[in-house]
Parts: sequence; structure tokens; C-alpha cells
Amino acid sequence: MNNLDHTLNEAQKDFDQCQSLTDLDQAKAKYLGKNGVLTEALKSLGKLSAEERPKVGAEINVVKQGVEEALEKKRQAILNESQAQQLAEESLDVTLPSRKEEHGSLHPVTQTLHRIESLFHSIGFSVAHGPQIESDFYNFTALNIPESHPARAMHDTFYIDESFVLRTHTSPVQIRHLEKNKPPLKIISPGRVYRVDSDATHSPMFHQVEGLWVDQQVSFADLKGVIEDFLQNFFENKDLKVRFRPSYFPFTEPSAEMDMTWKGGWLEIGGCGMVHPEVFKHVGIDSNQYQGFAFGLGVERLTMLRYGVQDLRHFFNNDLRFLQQFI
Amino acid sequence: MQFSENWLRSYVNTSLDSDALNHVMIMAGLDVDDSHPLGASFGDVVVGEIVGIKKHPDADRLQVCDVNIGNKTLQIVCGAANARQGIKVACALVGAKLPAINIKEAKVRGVESFGMLCSLKELGLSEEAEGILEMSHDLKNGTDVRTALDLNDQITTLKLTPNRSDCLSVWGVAREVAAITQSSVTPVVYHVNPIQHSDKKIVAVEEKTACPRYCGRIIKNIDNTKKLPDWMTSRLERSNIKSISPVVDITNYVLLEIGQPLHAFDHDKLQGDISVRYAKNEEPIHLLNDTKVKLSKKDLVIADNNGAIAFAGVMGGMPSSVTEHTKTIFLESAFFNPIVIAGKARAYNLSTDSSYRFERGVDFANTRQALERATSLILECCGGEAGEITEVVTTLPIRNQIHLRLKKLNAILGIEVPGQDVERIFHQLGFEVNKTIEGFKVTPPSYRFDITIEEDLIEEIVRLYGYDKIPSNHPISHQVMLPISKAHQNHLKDALTSRGFYEVVTYSFIEDEIEKSLHGNLHPIQLQNPIASQMSTMRSSLWGSHLEVLSYNLNRQISRLNIFEVAQTFHGAQKEFIETEVIAGLSYGSFMPEQWADKIRDVDFYDIKAHVEALISKTLNFKSSDKTPLALHPGQAAEIFLDGQSLGWVGKLHPKWQQHFSLPKAPYLFELNTSKLLQEKAFQYEEISKFLPVRRDIAIVIDESVEVDAILNAVYKAKIPFLNKMALFDVYQGKGIPENKKSVAFLILMQDTSKTLVDSEADFSVSKIVELLEKQFGATLRN
Repeated sequence: MNNLDHTLNEAQKDFDQCQSLTDLDQAKAKYLGKNGVLTEALKSLGKLSAEERPKVGAEINVVKQGVEEALEKKRQAILNESQAQQLAEESLDVTLPSRKEEHGSLHPVTQTLHRIESLFHSIGFSVAHGPQIESDFYNFTALNIPESHPARAMHDTFYIDESFVLRTHTSPVQIRHLEKNKPPLKIISPGRVYRVDSDATHSPMFHQVEGLWVDQQVSFADLKGVIEDFLQNFFENKDLKVRFRPSYFPFTEPSAEMDMTWKGGWLEIGGCGMVHPEVFKHVGIDSNQYQGFAFGLGVERLTMLRYGVQDLRHFFNNDLRFLQQFI
Repeated sequence: MQFSENWLRSYVNTSLDSDALNHVMIMAGLDVDDSHPLGASFGDVVVGEIVGIKKHPDADRLQVCDVNIGNKTLQIVCGAANARQGIKVACALVGAKLPAINIKEAKVRGVESFGMLCSLKELGLSEEAEGILEMSHDLKNGTDVRTALDLNDQITTLKLTPNRSDCLSVWGVAREVAAITQSSVTPVVYHVNPIQHSDKKIVAVEEKTACPRYCGRIIKNIDNTKKLPDWMTSRLERSNIKSISPVVDITNYVLLEIGQPLHAFDHDKLQGDISVRYAKNEEPIHLLNDTKVKLSKKDLVIADNNGAIAFAGVMGGMPSSVTEHTKTIFLESAFFNPIVIAGKARAYNLSTDSSYRFERGVDFANTRQALERATSLILECCGGEAGEITEVVTTLPIRNQIHLRLKKLNAILGIEVPGQDVERIFHQLGFEVNKTIEGFKVTPPSYRFDITIEEDLIEEIVRLYGYDKIPSNHPISHQVMLPISKAHQNHLKDALTSRGFYEVVTYSFIEDEIEKSLHGNLHPIQLQNPIASQMSTMRSSLWGSHLEVLSYNLNRQISRLNIFEVAQTFHGAQKEFIETEVIAGLSYGSFMPEQWADKIRDVDFYDIKAHVEALISKTLNFKSSDKTPLALHPGQAAEIFLDGQSLGWVGKLHPKWQQHFSLPKAPYLFELNTSKLLQEKAFQYEEISKFLPVRRDIAIVIDESVEVDAILNAVYKAKIPFLNKMALFDVYQGKGIPENKKSVAFLILMQDTSKTLVDSEADFSVSKIVELLEKQFGATLRN
């Protein structure tokens, strides 16, 4: 049985010398293979007496178990080592830049429009659109700005022909919407508008959002509330104050300019007022039954304030270095 | 309108300082565009009198003056040629700070000097000056020059809205300020001038509606070379009115003072009587600004026996204008109906203070008084004798009583305004008020042209009551659920931004030539008054603008650009304008941003096609066509279809245009109609087959001109049994393939909905396909 005692030690040594799983398989064959030492020993049990057989058999099994354990241990060791090696080989400089796809971006004006649309959508305003080449009637007359009215000079208008202009505001959408829909109604109409003007603070094309709410009891107090809520949420500033001061628009009466607090002063942000009875008359709504308010906001203005853009022309130059900042 | 604040304060007694005064005006709707202190700031300059003068011992051009400044006499060296004994001068004391220099004790060529005698330029009051300022003899020595020249003044510029013509005069503003601040006023005084001769003009007002009131008088023996009094000159200067001659300056002064435009004719140049009539067709008139225009029958004129002498309410005529030689004038003050004057000046590219006021409304109760006021000032300044006023009055506008219902007022404003406040405000504004059961009956004064309906009265109340007294309601309303549309351009935009595209916003107008030759629109919609020639035409495609954006960025060393825009394009003409919303884009430069991991290559047709396909999940079809747009390369352009409807085009820029825009590489472009792209269709779910498909691959060799789409269409059309899908997975040309041929490989998926397909069935289907390809496309099976 001494032989067997040695066997475990020898196997241990053989296994220790193995470098790879192939080596280990060969070493395993020497002990546990078809003609392996232990296999042979088990085969030879038959030659023993019935009394000796269980005892010797048990002894061999103890050794065999020991060899198998040693083998498994070594196998794990080799596997661990080779995995460690693989991991070492495969390790990367993870700080190298990725195969990056560029992120595109929405134009800042679009981002502002989305913001405006979702804020107003949250209080039940839907979005209405109208044409940009607009008839004189919708752009002016129906808005109580008859031909040769001095207020027409307030709009530096692009003319297509005698009866068509590029709309100077999104207010004509009010008329188009009121013609087709019965109050109560709440809409905003965002879009491109045009004025003959071009410098750092004026663009021949810019964006406006017009708002309109008509119902039986919508008052100036409601207008104030809606505008204040909107501006406070748009600029994420609950302390933002809004001031209304008298002004004149032919399609609202009373009319007001809206100013908001900004960097220690007041800043003009848009115009508003109660819908003029003449406007209701043009679309066949009884102004003794319905009343409402309208307001207009400059989208570029809001965008410039929100992001600190100083020059209006950036929005239309489309310099990639500008656009890339609005991801 | 620009004016001196001190002038305003001469009518209205208010303790408010400039800032507070501006604030109350702004909050009452008179927008203060600008307000700044007059002139440059300087101090320690007093009125002095040269009491002695002698030559400087060592300098020919200098003189040594003894200047009395009230309490003492100073020795001051002065180089001005007009320095002489007896004149009163502006004397800057030692320590005075002038705009350009600080005054110190000095020795000038050895003679001590204790101050400086100043010119207007040195005081910062004018750009240029000859010699030192000579001041009025009435001034006391030692008086502060700022006070003496009335320099402690503020220049105010109001930006008035078109409804407030009543504030287009300093008196008008004062009247308004008094109403806002509840202050007392000192109105302008009108004297009735004695009649000193009996000459008068006969005035025939033929157009009584157009000219409801006309007043005129002859003033004889004037001297139109006199100097205006200083107070008037300074007020005119501070309103930025150029001095022309005393008579003209006085008419301008009265216009500014009380808002009534006046006109003075040289009486000796008039022929016969005066008539107010519409111009004859193409009636010529030589205007004061030295332009000659031909008027139309809609234009009102003042005429004598020879023809039009003034474009009524707009501008006088040159031949009858007053000059320094004028001895006798015919002075006119009239009220023209705003509707008649509105737009007239603009139609001839004119803009005058007179037309500006007449088209907005001039106080018709003031016509005669204004004439008297101007007469008084002319007589005072230029001498002369006034004749009788010829006045023709017909039907003046009527100020109707308007009923203001308190209920309506409160409903519109959303607050309860106390009745006594309403009444008080109307009184402050000079409106006539009568109480009624429901509210007030109100008559506005003659100078208010903007008060005609109940809402106008509501505005007046809230204007003076204060918008800040209205609370902010957080509106309560019935919540209405709003529809959500999947078919929204936002989804298209998101698809492209996630693929690295930047959204741009470009002008809707473009150069006419680009519209014609790049967009191929030979009948473009042109603007009558474009801002620049490269922005003269409404675009029918966004491509021209996008190529400009590309050039702009390439010039800034940006070499890769992916941009898109959603905007309207414009077609049609003459009342039939069509606006179509499109999504268009451009891809230029390397396919990926420059990086180390993969080989860099430039974008190609199949990249831009993938971007287009990414816009929606539905299958788009791409077809080549011989109607390729002018902008695109005919061999690399496809028309895009969805359910048989054409949506637009995708392709490579035509080399001609690449050259035109000097582009190192060719950009790829696309443009699709969004409304067609976004048509929403309800779809029906299809049962998933329980049986697995069988896949077979085939490769065929065909002529290189055969389009893959044609092959696929032919196969699908043939209704091959069990065919589920056939798709291209390889295209090869080169070794092993004859010239002008190509090898294309397809995967074919076959499936039965009721059982698993057996090999023989699949083989049969493939053989059918191969047979078809051989027959229709001359294909040969490759190996």
C-alpha cells in the first residue's frame, strides 16, 4: 500500500508541473486513464481475497479521490491563470474616444417653440397654423387695420402684389380659426413672420406665437394669470414679475405691452389685449356673448433671453459651432 | 416726438422728477423712447462781462481781459477774435470741469490767467464754434451759465401709438400728464389779434367732408429776416427742428406747441382766390422738398386760380413758399378729415409732421385758435398787420355719447372698479360724464379721435386705474382632452437629430436666379420690396438655402455637415399661392466624424438614402426617372414614393452646382413633402406564423444596367408560391464577372402559413424565381 501512498504524492507533483490543460490531460491519463496506475490498481482488486478486497478497495478509492481533487484543483488553477492572461491581453485603454456618432440638435428656436407648445398644451391650448403668404384681408383688414390706417405703417410689410403680403404677424390665424370654429376655444399659433427690417435686433424673418382664448367670461385678469404662469415656467423662475402697461393694437381693446423683470430692470416681451369687438364682428361672433384675450410673443426674443444669445443673426446664419451648443 | 422737458413742465405743475415723470407716462401708455440730460455736463461756468481789455505783451493773437463775474473781477487771457470790451461771456472759473478740459490757474506766455472764456464748442454745446459765446446783455454777471442758457433740461422722446394723436404736441402731453397725475395745468394763451387791414382771401371749400374747417388770414408788412426770441429757438432746437425762416419756424413752433399744422403762403405769389378741392388727374405740383409730383384725383389740394399750391395736409408748394423777401403772407390753419389724408404721404414716399398728425386726427376745435396763436408770434417777431380771418366751417366730426356699463367693464377686466373711480378718471381726462342706471354716458373731447366704443372707454379706465390693480387669475376651466397625433413633424426631426443632423432655420426667400436655375421654377413668386436682391424670391425648394449654409460653414473651416430643416415651400401665382411643408436636408463630408477606430470615407448615395428611410417606419420606394430635378446628378438621384405617391427627391448634387458653389466634394440632398409622409393610416396586425421560414440564397449575373428594384418587383408580382421575402445582400463586379455585368446575390425566405415547408417545395419556388430572372432579365445563375 506504500505504493499507493506514493501515487498521490507523485500525481500531485506531476500535476504541479503541468502548464496547460493538455499537459494536465496527459498527466491525468497516467493515473486515471485506461491503463493508469489507479485504474490498474482497481483492476487488480479481483485478484485479492474476499476479506481484503473491501479494505484495499476503500484505500484505493481514497487515493483516487485525492488524485481527482488534486486534478480538479489544478484544472481550476490553470483555467484561472489562462483567463487572467486573456483578461490581461484583452485589456484596453478605455479612455480612447469611442466610434462616436455625432448628436444632432434641434434649432434653438424649435426648442423654444416646443417649450411654449407644451406649456400651453398643459392648460388646454391646441396649436393652429395658417399660410405665410397671406391676403391683405386676413393680415390687416379683418384685424381692424383698414387700408391706409396709420397702424399699417407699424408693420414694415413685404408685398407680393396688391392683395397679398408675407404675413407680418401670426394674428391672421386668429381670424382663420375663429371663422371655422365656435367658441369656447383656446389656441396658440406659432410660425414664421416677416418684416422689412434687418440688423442685430431685427430680422426680415422671425417667429411669433399668437395666443387666443375666447369664452363667455375670459377677462384681463385671466390674461394676466396665463402670461405670468407661462413666463415663470418658461424661465423656471417663480420670482419673475410681469408688468402690463397700456399700449395700442388695432385688434385688441384694451391693449397692453407685457414687460418682465430681467437683470434688475423691465424688459418688453410681447403685446396683448382683449379681442376687439370689430374682430369678433368680422367672424360673426356676438361680442356681448363672448369675450377673450389674445397675445403675441417673439420666439427669438424668448430664446435669446433663455440662452443668453446676443445677436439675432446667429439664428439664421446656421453656423455649426452655434448649432452644436444646443444639443 | 422729441421735446424739452422744461417746456412740458411750463404747462403742467408736477413735483415728479424726470424719472418719475417718465415712469407715469410709460404706465399710462405714452412710451418714453428716450430721455437724456441736455448737452454735455459741465459746471462752474458763470456769466462774466469783459470790463477791460488790452493786448498781451508777448503774443499778437492773445488779449488780456478783465472779466467781472459779479462779486469780483478776474484777469483772463483769451485768444478769441471776438473778445472785446462790454460783451457778456461764459466764464469758466478755476476748478471748472468742461467736457474736454479742467480749468486751472495758469501763466499764458508769462501773464497769469484765472479762468477761461468759453465757446459753445468748449462747453460741449455744439460741434463747431467761431469765437467765444456772446451772451445776452440782460444777464446778471455771476449767473450760472447752465441756468442762464436753461441747460438744466431733459430731452424726452415719446414713441406714441397711432391712436394717441392728442399727444402729438407738448401741450397735449402736458394735458395728459395732468390727467394721469391729477396736477394743475397752465394752458397756452390765445389772444384775439386786432384786425389791422381789410384785405382778405375768398376761400371756396369744394370738398366739405374732406375739409370741414378752413381758416386763413393775410398778414401784411412782415420782415422775415428777424431773429426769433431765444426761448423759441432753444425749444425748437431741443425738438430737433431746423430753423428755416421766422415765419416757417413759428408755424413749426405752433405745431409742436398745440399740434395744429399750419402753412404760410407768400401772398404775392398767389393768383386770385383759394379753393380746397381734389386734384385733377395727374395735376402737377412742385413741392417744398423740391420734388415735382403728379397728383391723383384722390389727393386733396389747396389751389389758387393757377392750380394746386399745396398738397393739402401733406406739404406746401415750392413756388408759393415764403422766403426772406416775403412781405405778405397768407396763413392757413385747417382741419382735414383723417381718412382723406391717411396714406397719402406714404403713397408719394413722403412723411411730414403735418401728414403724420392729420392722418391720426387734429383737434378741430383748435383750428382758429392756432391761427391766432401763430399770428401773435409772427407779429411779435416779424412785425406786420393782421387781416380778418376767413373761416369756412361745415360739418365737423361729432363726438357721440358712449354708454359704459359697469357690468361690462368689470367682466372685461375681471375686477370690480368702484363707480366713483370711473367717474373721477373720466373727469380727469376731460370727458363729459353723465350717470346712468348701468354706468355712465360719456362724451369724449374733440381732441380724442380714438374713443368711439364702450371698449375704448374701458381702456381709458384701466389705463389710469392701473393694470397692476388687476389680479392675476390662474384660470379655472373645463379640462378638454386634446388629440395627440403621431403624425407630427417632431418625429421626423427627432429621427434626423438622432442620426447626427442639425436643424437649421433659413430665410424663406432666395435669389431669383437660384430659384430659376437650381430649383427649376421659371415662374417664381417675387417680392415687390425685397430687402436685398439675394432675398427677392419665395423659394420653392430649401436646397438653395442649404447650399448657402454649407458654403457659410465651409468658409469657417467646417468640413463635415449634416443639416435639415422643416419649412414651407412656395408655388403658384396670383391669388393661387400654394404652400407645402417639406423636410429637406443635406449631408456633406465624411460619413462619420473623424476618429481613430475605423477608416474614414465620404458619405455616398446609400447613406443619404438610409437617412431618408429613417424618417418613417413605412417602406419607401426609390425610382430613377428622366425628370430628375436640375439640382441633382441624373445618375445618382431617385424619386421617393410612398404607397404610389411621390414625396420628393434624394440624390447627389449635380457637378455643375458643385462647381458653382465651389464645393470641394459633392453634397447629397433630400427633400420630401411632410404632409404626404405623415398621412396616418390605421394598420391591422398580421398573425405571426408558427412555422419557421426556409432560407435559400442565390447569386445571379446580369447586365449592370438592370435595377435591383425591377428584379424584386418582377418577382413579387409573379406571386411565387410560399415566397415571404426576397432581399439583396451582395453586389459584386470585378474578377470573374464579365465586363458590363454584375453579380447580385439575394436571400429568399419562404414560408407556409399552415405547415412547415419541405425542401422540395422550397426548391420548386427557387427554381421558379430563377426561371423568371433568366427569362425577364437575361440572368445566369452564378455557380
